[in-house]
Amino acid sequence: MSKTNTIAPRDTGAPRNVGTILKDLDWRRYVIYIGFVVVFLIFAVLLRDQGFLSPNNLLNIFRQTATITVIAVGMTYVIACAEIDLSVGSVAGLSSVCTAMALSQWGLVPGILAGLAVGLVVGSVNGALVSLLGIPSFLVTLGMLGIAVGVAQWITASAPQPILNDTFNTVFGSGNFGPIPGLVVWSGIFVAIGAVVLNRTKFGRQVLATGGNRNASEFTGINTKRIKFQVLLISGMVASVAGMLYAGRLQSGRFQWGAGDELSAIAAVILGGTSLFGGFGSIIGTLFGALLIGLINNGLILAGLDSSQQQVVRGAIIILAVALARKK
Amino acid sequence: MNTADNVVEMRSISKAFNGVPVLKDVGFDVRKGEVHALAGGNGAGKSTLMKILQGVYQADTGEILIGGNPAAINSIQDAKSAGIGMVFQEFSLVPSLTVAQNIFLGAEPLGRGGLIDDRAAVRRAKEVFAEMEVDVDAGAEVSRLGTAYWQLTEIAKALAQNAQVLIMDEPTASLARHESEALFELIDRLKQRGISIIYISHRMDEVYRLADRITILRDGKHLLTEPLTDVTPEQIVEGIVGKKVEGQLSYRARNDIAHDSEPLLEVRGLNAGHRVRDVSFALRPGEILGLAGLMGSGRTELARALFGIDKLDSGQVLIRGRKVTLASPQQAINAGIALVPEDRRAQGLVLEHSVQDNLLLPLLQHIQRGPLLDGAKGNELSASLIKRFAVKVAHPHRPVRLLSGGNQQKVVIAKWLGTDPDILILDEPTAGVDIGTKSEILDMIRELAGDGKAIIVISSEYPELLAVSDRVLVLKDGSIIRDIPRSDIADEEYLQLAVQGV
Repeated sequence: MSKTNTIAPRDTGAPRNVGTILKDLDWRRYVIYIGFVVVFLIFAVLLRDQGFLSPNNLLNIFRQTATITVIAVGMTYVIACAEIDLSVGSVAGLSSVCTAMALSQWGLVPGILAGLAVGLVVGSVNGALVSLLGIPSFLVTLGMLGIAVGVAQWITASAPQPILNDTFNTVFGSGNFGPIPGLVVWSGIFVAIGAVVLNRTKFGRQVLATGGNRNASEFTGINTKRIKFQVLLISGMVASVAGMLYAGRLQSGRFQWGAGDELSAIAAVILGGTSLFGGFGSIIGTLFGALLIGLINNGLILAGLDSSQQQVVRGAIIILAVALARKK
Repeated sequence: MNTADNVVEMRSISKAFNGVPVLKDVGFDVRKGEVHALAGGNGAGKSTLMKILQGVYQADTGEILIGGNPAAINSIQDAKSAGIGMVFQEFSLVPSLTVAQNIFLGAEPLGRGGLIDDRAAVRRAKEVFAEMEVDVDAGAEVSRLGTAYWQLTEIAKALAQNAQVLIMDEPTASLARHESEALFELIDRLKQRGISIIYISHRMDEVYRLADRITILRDGKHLLTEPLTDVTPEQIVEGIVGKKVEGQLSYRARNDIAHDSEPLLEVRGLNAGHRVRDVSFALRPGEILGLAGLMGSGRTELARALFGIDKLDSGQVLIRGRKVTLASPQQAINAGIALVPEDRRAQGLVLEHSVQDNLLLPLLQHIQRGPLLDGAKGNELSASLIKRFAVKVAHPHRPVRLLSGGNQQKVVIAKWLGTDPDILILDEPTAGVDIGTKSEILDMIRELAGDGKAIIVISSEYPELLAVSDRVLVLKDGSIIRDIPRSDIADEEYLQLAVQGV
């Protein structure tokens, strides 16, 4: 029996001293940070000869995890609201394709707008089906995963769409802002906005309350249908920006970009301490979740494991971390 | 006293959680065929003691004797084989299975080839119900039955496992009056068959109706065990609360109602769904209106309609003489209405969130500075609400789920009063709340009416309705059948007859 779950001891209403509060402070909530540091130190020792600690490699980790981080910020809202969005990876792919095609046809601004429009449309459709018709988001977005990637493949006839616009490529991923890689700046912006909105605004509180107990939130005057719609819209929009970051970094739009990212993003969110059952969410946790996954990928590549072995080790580490972080 | 008669005896049980003692040297025994009431305020240790008996927790010290022999109860399984059965307050049935499947869950009768024989289960379930002398369709899916049947199924489940002692925790909390009466009769029959019952209830009338003896716990200590013939209700309440409680449950005439002023709330010809039919009434500032009626009479539905949760089909609602639209809770809140809902755990609170987050949820716009929430302002506001409503919290940032039922209810009331509503609707405000907190809540209601708010109280407990209401509306099948001023109600019986439609 878990001690954190007993009702009786706190039933007494007696004042508690600081010591007891500190003692049952929930260290599990911080397991992601501990895990991050531990994995980092292990790699730093074991892989020091392979250049793990070189500034270039460390920046690389950030760069490689940037798109996952961005997607995972949106996903944190969805999961904290007790929903799921499986379509984010395909939305990123479709967005990269639409951006690339509109860009070569009509120029920079229409290109960006086309990418955002993908997120707007897919996010709205997801949100409307979930909140108005009450279809479970798992099913809606699973269907949308197929639709979005299918459309992307169809309109491009499976061919990559090159992007020759240097401004776009520089801003969305290939370039640096000063000494800092653009991708790092992008993920920093999303994490910062995401964290402030979730923790410090009325909307963020309402998302958490809706995820924690939809019924009680409804009785408290929160329009929970609107909240559910909004989180799915946010997730779609954010995924479409991630798609443009793929397009800019790889200087092309392609339907495969982002494939499978939904799973990495969900893993990052859960590793970061957001409850899969809703009601709790941590954007900073999500950032470290994404970084931990990036760190593991990077370390395993440096260690010389081939991709099949990487997958096995990565899966095991994720299960271990979630097992340590679980509540009971 | 002859200890050989004791089917269960718990001797000097102590238990602490994280170093906080919850039970201190508590003794408790149950004789064969007796109903033994277990009473105490929230946090007195009743549930911990019962959880030890059920094998959910293990005592730190002390021993348990079953039928006079020391028994090691280290798991729920041990308790079951020792003949201890539990009728859960929050029902523990699987809604998608049938009554019979639930009764034999985990102990399914097997037929040829080791496959489950559902027909044998139904047959045996019928036998159990026949012994209980109740009529329940053993083949029906549980989700399609009412709560009274859920409870009967729970009891049958325990009896099918040969329980000799049944623990019932607030068994009438979700039952209508006639259903409660049927349960009492069942308890009498079980008693005659030699089955002992540990009966946990805050309701004094039930305790006197059923119990042979009562044990009161206070602050984790055994206070007294007496035959009910030897104690007065006043002594029991005093024992539970720890101080003399005077008159909270009796009506006090107040002069707060502004009879000459215009109604604060006026409802005209309201129809909503099947359970609110052509309802009209007016409520003046300072008035407390009681809503009485059987389960399903439309009391809760009327509250839901007024709070914008259920759609209004026709009719008008006027607040201070002005017509308002109530299509969503948001609109109702803006119009100055607040609802303390029937089920505080499902509808009133986000249980896993902190006390403070729950308190502030309807008040977020008041603690905004620009687009952001002001943390310091939030702390201040929640601290003032906690203080004003005397909510006992260890820390405002700890989950509200850890509070006792009474304190949870105070949080729900406090969160709404933070919005300063003109009209407050309370649906079963004291259900599952101990007597001390109950009188505090009733006092709170009177005080709010004194401040000029209009209040609607829905309650299945007549003493409570009579204690606070200035006027009682009796509902039946969704319509108002009586509108009785408090001064015309002589006693509980009068009201009961009115509710029955006599």
